[in-house]
Amino acid sequence: MKVLMFGWEFPPHIAGGLGTACYGLTRGLAKNDVEVIFTVPKAYGDEDQRFTHIVNASDVELSICGELSTSIEEREFWDKMTFIHIDSNMVPYISPEEFEVEQSKYKSRIESNEVVDGEADVWKERYAFSGKYGANLMEEVARYAMIGAQVAKENEGKFDVIHAHDWLTYYAGIAAKRVSGKPLVVHMHATEYDRSGENVNQVVYDIERSGMAAADKVIAVSNLTRKIVIEKYNIDPDKVVTVHNAVRFADGNKVFEERGISDKIVTFLGRITYQKGPDYFVEAAAKVLQKVPNVHFVMAGSGDLFNHVVKRVAKLGIADRFHFTGFLKGDEVHRMFDMSDVYVMPSVSEPFGISPLEAMKSNVPVIISKQSGVAEVLEYALKVDYWDVDAMADAIYGLIKYPALSKMFSDKGLKEVTNLKWDKAAKEVKDVYESVIK
Amino acid sequence: MKTVCFYFQVHQPLRLKKYRFFSIGKDHNYLDEPLNRSIVNSIATRCYLPMNNLFLELINAHKGALKISFSISGIAIEQFKMYAPQVLDSFKALAKTGCVEFLAETYSHSLSSLTDAEEFSADVKQHCDLIEKEFGQKPTAFRNTELIYSDSIGEEIAKMGFKSVVAEGAKHILGWKSPNYVYASAKSQKLRLLLRNYKLSDDISFRFSDKSWSEWPLHADVYANWITSDITPGEVVNLFMNYEAFGELNSADSGIFDFAKALMNTLVACEDIKLRTVSEAAAENQPVAVLHSPYTMSWTDEERDVTAWLGNELQNEAFSKLYKLNKSVKLLNNEEFNRKWQFMQSSDHFFYMATKWLADGNVHSYFNPYDSAYEAFIIYMNVLSDFELELNKAIEKLNISIQE
Repeated sequence: MKVLMFGWEFPPHIAGGLGTACYGLTRGLAKNDVEVIFTVPKAYGDEDQRFTHIVNASDVELSICGELSTSIEEREFWDKMTFIHIDSNMVPYISPEEFEVEQSKYKSRIESNEVVDGEADVWKERYAFSGKYGANLMEEVARYAMIGAQVAKENEGKFDVIHAHDWLTYYAGIAAKRVSGKPLVVHMHATEYDRSGENVNQVVYDIERSGMAAADKVIAVSNLTRKIVIEKYNIDPDKVVTVHNAVRFADGNKVFEERGISDKIVTFLGRITYQKGPDYFVEAAAKVLQKVPNVHFVMAGSGDLFNHVVKRVAKLGIADRFHFTGFLKGDEVHRMFDMSDVYVMPSVSEPFGISPLEAMKSNVPVIISKQSGVAEVLEYALKVDYWDVDAMADAIYGLIKYPALSKMFSDKGLKEVTNLKWDKAAKEVKDVYESVIK
Repeated sequence: MKTVCFYFQVHQPLRLKKYRFFSIGKDHNYLDEPLNRSIVNSIATRCYLPMNNLFLELINAHKGALKISFSISGIAIEQFKMYAPQVLDSFKALAKTGCVEFLAETYSHSLSSLTDAEEFSADVKQHCDLIEKEFGQKPTAFRNTELIYSDSIGEEIAKMGFKSVVAEGAKHILGWKSPNYVYASAKSQKLRLLLRNYKLSDDISFRFSDKSWSEWPLHADVYANWITSDITPGEVVNLFMNYEAFGELNSADSGIFDFAKALMNTLVACEDIKLRTVSEAAAENQPVAVLHSPYTMSWTDEERDVTAWLGNELQNEAFSKLYKLNKSVKLLNNEEFNRKWQFMQSSDHFFYMATKWLADGNVHSYFNPYDSAYEAFIIYMNVLSDFELELNKAIEKLNISIQE
């Protein structure tokens, strides 16, 4: 079986959950004997006028520093992959408004001949704006769709099914379906409701909805997401299948972080935005500190609520126990997990949520909000409503005060998370493919 | 006969390095030494050394007719010793002329006057000792950090034995009164107040090189005429400013050095004018009235209050968490901890956390090492956390050894 996949990000340049999931899924599919033509947007800028770039898998392979061995398993995986880079400046996790802001910033920088700051946020490094691309995100989405159709045409007969990940690629998926007549599966990693609460962007919503309407099957990353898809997008329940994400851990040499603080450390790691519920973490921290003064809380990440949260922490008078690291790069994330005693993910709305799994892999007991998809698959995680800061504070208190409790959660949690394999999730995805191939 | 009193503030903080959460408990060196060194050296070359040389020349030439005053924070003197000893030598040379007064202030350019009297007085005493040691003068006049002053602070200053103090000629305190007279402090009336004429002072510091200013380019004789003529009625004209006004705030090519030289020469030559140090100006002129200052004022910003350092929740939090450690530091009384405790107190750290200018976080960028107030706050709190952890460890050790 062969699939034409409109995906996102491949190692070593993964910035978030979507890329991680695409990578894990693709590996799992290879194990299940599914071959993948993986198309991914990549900004080439002006120097090259081609729209698509067939990339030799070994080029991608080589760029994954050190991680790849020459094992047969790895060979088999890469043999089943074909890479096509579509020249586009689309990036995941971006709203049309943010895109607009970044683009205008970029333009004014170009006009004033200012050197582009190399130290900038990882996100920003990834933008490339030039006359070649669409004037705004929506135009770029449309342009991407046209190239998607082209890709489908050129590869005619080489695939049996089309699989598109998240709304930015849905038009490309629909176009490819029209050109090739092959069935389309769309994958909902997040909905506009997760990203924006009730203030949905109508254009984004419409694209999500038309993608799902045009699809033969919709894969949701959790029952929570499936429910939103059915209720808010009015999609036929029979068409929507839940396939929970899994997690893949690279077995590199683990460097253990030496702890400077002997007191307990409770960590929040994620973007500091409304969706991730940073405020609830702060309020819970203040409650815990009233009982146990020597706990340190860490908020790792950046985002539009950053200044607001810093002010709140100061106002609560807990800034000597509550630290901010800013955006963590590369292995700093693992260093952070290594130093943590409790990990909290208080997301207001989280379609899945991969970071608690990474924490569990580092032997850290986790507290997750009931409003997260990952809560559906985890047994050994403390689950609270994101808004219930008392319950959250209780859970934190329990895990730092009762060693037996935290030991149980970290031991059993590790075992549990090790069993969440992409092979299994990919098998379920393959079943979905089979159900739509006539 | 009008008295003109020039007083210059010299201070540079010890700036903290980008101290991250991961360093807490491991790295106990908080300072950005390369940055501090380069800033001090660059100001020394552009301002301190050329201006000190100019003053030394002028003072020698005018044989006692030209008098000026300085306050140099303890933290600044420490840095001169480490990074630019020739600067300290040039100040010592000025001290030897007998025409230069060195005022007392807080050692670390701190906000200790806003905490408790004991802390404030210890801070000041330490600075006095240093001034006496370096310049051979026992200070009799006082200036508080950024001219922070209130009736209660005046009372504390009087208790420490000072005879005069410099303060801001703030409109909201003066009302209809003129800053160009000597006043008596409200709670301790023996303490004499010299108030800054902010219009004339800021003409030099902030407006001299401003080409959109209607008086640009400013000539020394024009400026001298503003002082001597009836435009400025009164007995004492107090021109207090940051020393960096010469060569930093106004660069050398603005002509500021030539202006300063010409101005001093003009004023000395003027028969109706005498140039005096702070203590002399205060002693030679009788107070005309008592000045009530129930609210704390300073010379900073349009508001002339303390909101530049304690105006938002970040600053209040950092300030209260810092002084919470006061007792422990005093109890331990360890040289290394005392030193860190001092440089952590510099008001500049709090100044960098201000959010009141324009948009959030758009802080006065002058020698400010941070991108935003939030970054300044986070780094400061990280350092403070490590300091507290180390302090507690040291005290625990001390307790154990006492028990044994």
